[in-house]
Amino acid sequence: MKDKKSALLEMKNISKEFSGNQVLNDINFSIQKGEILGLVGENGAGKSTLMKILFGMDEIRETGGFGGKVIIKGEEVKFDSSQDALEKGIGMVHQEFSLLPDFSAAENIVLNREPIKKSIASELFGDRLNTLDREEISTIAKVAIKKLDVEIDTEMKVSSMPVGHKQFTEIARELSKDSIGENNPIELLVLDEPTAVLSEKEADSLLVAMRKLSKQGIAMIFISHRLNEIINVCDSIMVMRDGLIIKHVPVEGVKVQDIAKWMVGRTVESSGEKRLFNYDDKETILKIDNLWVDMPGETVSDVSLEVKKGEILGIGGMAGQGKLGIPNGVMGLYTAGGKVYFEGKELKLNTPRSLLDAGLAFVSEDRRGVGLLLDESLEWNVAFTAMQVQEKYLKKYLKGLVTWRDNKAIEQVTHEYIDQLEIKCTSSKQKAKELSGGNQQKICLAKAFALEPNLLFVCEPTRGIDIGAKSLVLEALKKYNSELGTTVVVISSELEELRSICDRIAIVTDGKIEGILDASRPSEDFGLLMIGEKVEGASNGK
Amino acid sequence: MENKNMIDRLKSFIHNFGWPRIIIGMFLLVLFIAAPFVGVNINTSLSDTFNRFGMNCIMVLAMVPMIHSGCGLNFGLPLGIIAGLLGGTLAIEFNFIGGTSFLMAMIFATPFAVLFGWGYGKLLNRVKGGEMMIATYVGFSSVAFMCMMWLLLPYSNPTMVWGYTGKGLRTTISTEGYYLHVLNDFLAIRIGDHFLFPTGMFLLFALLAFLIWSFLHSKKGTAMTAVGSNPVFAKASGINIDKTRILSVILSTWLGAIGILVYQQSFGFIQLYMGPFFMALPAVSAILIGGASVNKASITNVIVGTFLFQGILTMTPSVMNSVIQTDMSEVIRIVVSNGMILYALTRKTEATR
Repeated sequence: MKDKKSALLEMKNISKEFSGNQVLNDINFSIQKGEILGLVGENGAGKSTLMKILFGMDEIRETGGFGGKVIIKGEEVKFDSSQDALEKGIGMVHQEFSLLPDFSAAENIVLNREPIKKSIASELFGDRLNTLDREEISTIAKVAIKKLDVEIDTEMKVSSMPVGHKQFTEIARELSKDSIGENNPIELLVLDEPTAVLSEKEADSLLVAMRKLSKQGIAMIFISHRLNEIINVCDSIMVMRDGLIIKHVPVEGVKVQDIAKWMVGRTVESSGEKRLFNYDDKETILKIDNLWVDMPGETVSDVSLEVKKGEILGIGGMAGQGKLGIPNGVMGLYTAGGKVYFEGKELKLNTPRSLLDAGLAFVSEDRRGVGLLLDESLEWNVAFTAMQVQEKYLKKYLKGLVTWRDNKAIEQVTHEYIDQLEIKCTSSKQKAKELSGGNQQKICLAKAFALEPNLLFVCEPTRGIDIGAKSLVLEALKKYNSELGTTVVVISSELEELRSICDRIAIVTDGKIEGILDASRPSEDFGLLMIGEKVEGASNGK
Repeated sequence: MENKNMIDRLKSFIHNFGWPRIIIGMFLLVLFIAAPFVGVNINTSLSDTFNRFGMNCIMVLAMVPMIHSGCGLNFGLPLGIIAGLLGGTLAIEFNFIGGTSFLMAMIFATPFAVLFGWGYGKLLNRVKGGEMMIATYVGFSSVAFMCMMWLLLPYSNPTMVWGYTGKGLRTTISTEGYYLHVLNDFLAIRIGDHFLFPTGMFLLFALLAFLIWSFLHSKKGTAMTAVGSNPVFAKASGINIDKTRILSVILSTWLGAIGILVYQQSFGFIQLYMGPFFMALPAVSAILIGGASVNKASITNVIVGTFLFQGILTMTPSVMNSVIQTDMSEVIRIVVSNGMILYALTRKTEATR
């Protein structure tokens, strides 16, 4: 922002509307050589749209183009495709991996830009029979990976890599684009939530690599929901809200709370006061005995657990250890065995209906796959399960011979939850797929609340949603528990989140309950349980 | 301001109705306008269009339940038609005449439709994801199987069996004297010499369409739509997916059976053997042209689609024929109907999963 002349990229007066909906409004910013710009904002604030404009994506042109100018090194550019952007030295690392799993890291890095060698066949029959220059491929890959200063075996197949390495491979691919062909060297790299899928340690090494790249003069736009990372690595921070730039400041002295406040436009309470749940003579509402669940990637081998009436129980643990298998198995979505008693009665497993009838409800971790009817209205999504299981929202005609759904009642209940959970939508008739992740999650909660369950399983309630929606979702769960006395079991990979709302936390390791601790215990204790160490005072589920 | 409002409304109308339907509708309108100038009687044309609409719309309606439950387009319609053929031939075999004959045909067809639909549904439950390909071959192979059965089944009514042996059904059987035109003539509205509105057919269609619409508004019907929209969601909500799908297949098969009976009473003939072989495609095309997708369909799609498809099919040959002055109506009819089917299949859209 200081010196306009030397700005690497400048975006001036950018505006964009989608069918009458203003999503970006007069966006102005610039980025210098080697600068790392942190771009934050709630889901739907306009971050992705802004990046799509920068890359000249088809989607933008098809919906009527945009207003304003994109200036690179003092020269106005118009990109017709992301290929054009690449030629100007702008690269993008996507949120989802776009790698070929059966190719090695090196092959992925040079994909479609492979250096080639002449052979006898190609001399005779033309260039199409050129062979790949394997040595050159490997060198290019190694050079690119070296820039990141990480250790990756260039010959390893992508499918057998840990996620962190996949992410590095993606970045290396963008970096390698200057070593081959006529492209300008990469000068600006856009990283769209690169750390979302990484463990903390992997994320740290990514941040180190980013700093190294910045020293080499590569500017970066870093999009992330993890605000600590932003503060750690960025030179300046740009906060967007509702299509506007709310703040664009150097990072010095900025605190996480400030960013959070700018993002949501209100103060985000930090988890509130700890409540004390009185366990004395509370009866057991759910008793699980020797449960096994055959859920691919989340196998449960032998879980015994007692849930007390009215508590909020957290189930944590590392990914793949089986914590998600517990609710999915109990609710009948995956084959399960063992015994489950609810309010003293034994439940029939593997039949979702009998569990719903008993008064259990489930919010799935797989919102789009299990949680929602993406192509139907919000009304249907909220009311469907309650209608099918509890005969709610139905009108009877001809003495019960004909039962039609009561559209008015459905609309009413949906509006209630839209207000209560602050769901952002154009109307209750909007399709579920059109909502942002956070609002979809709220719809999933509304669906479960409409069942008025006695016990509610919630899986990964805040996965992939922004900080504002996060606190709303957690508050809603807490409120639901305290006002109606509903027992809640929260399953989450984020320990801090569990610690902020739960009374007790069970840690699952290797398909078994490793131990249950009071949520007020320090994080280290839970960490020890996760790696299978014994911790004093941990009960074993009974 | 006023003007802008109008344009907006027009835009949203076009968006909701869809360009393909507007273009086909315009084309149909042009044909109707051109007809009198090339010497085609407009009254006859209209009458034919309504008649063909009535003949086909129930078979198009037979697509709806299966689309809703996610079983895709009912390419196995011939199976339902066979149930209808069994009903029709049985009614004639037992010598029911007039309205009773049609009613009995429907009653006889029902248990076959339920049985066939149940088996067909069971089969489709085993091939989730590949329903449409399997359905096509269920249709084809059932037709082939019945080619043998029509010869072997012990029918004996002389109006139906081969004259020289006294057994085995003929390829075409007249419905005259049995249920010919029972619906066409019911409360028919006759205007002038050339226009006849087949009220009965429209009434039966209206009744069935209302029943299906009403079913889709019921609890079970809502569950069916949800199964089609997201089976895992439905499962998590305690719905028995397989049973719901079987129910939808039975409904579709039954509608196919009733559909062919309505077709026959207007057409005048029962066509056995290879008759049902190609019946599925026009019905599939009609509903696609009406704006349905592989897992979303409404009664409006049925009505609009059948009207456009059958309208074009009626009008193009007669108008073209008069323009070029040679009789090639059959060629044009084949070109147009297959062209429409091809067009419709390219327009097939699938919803988000």
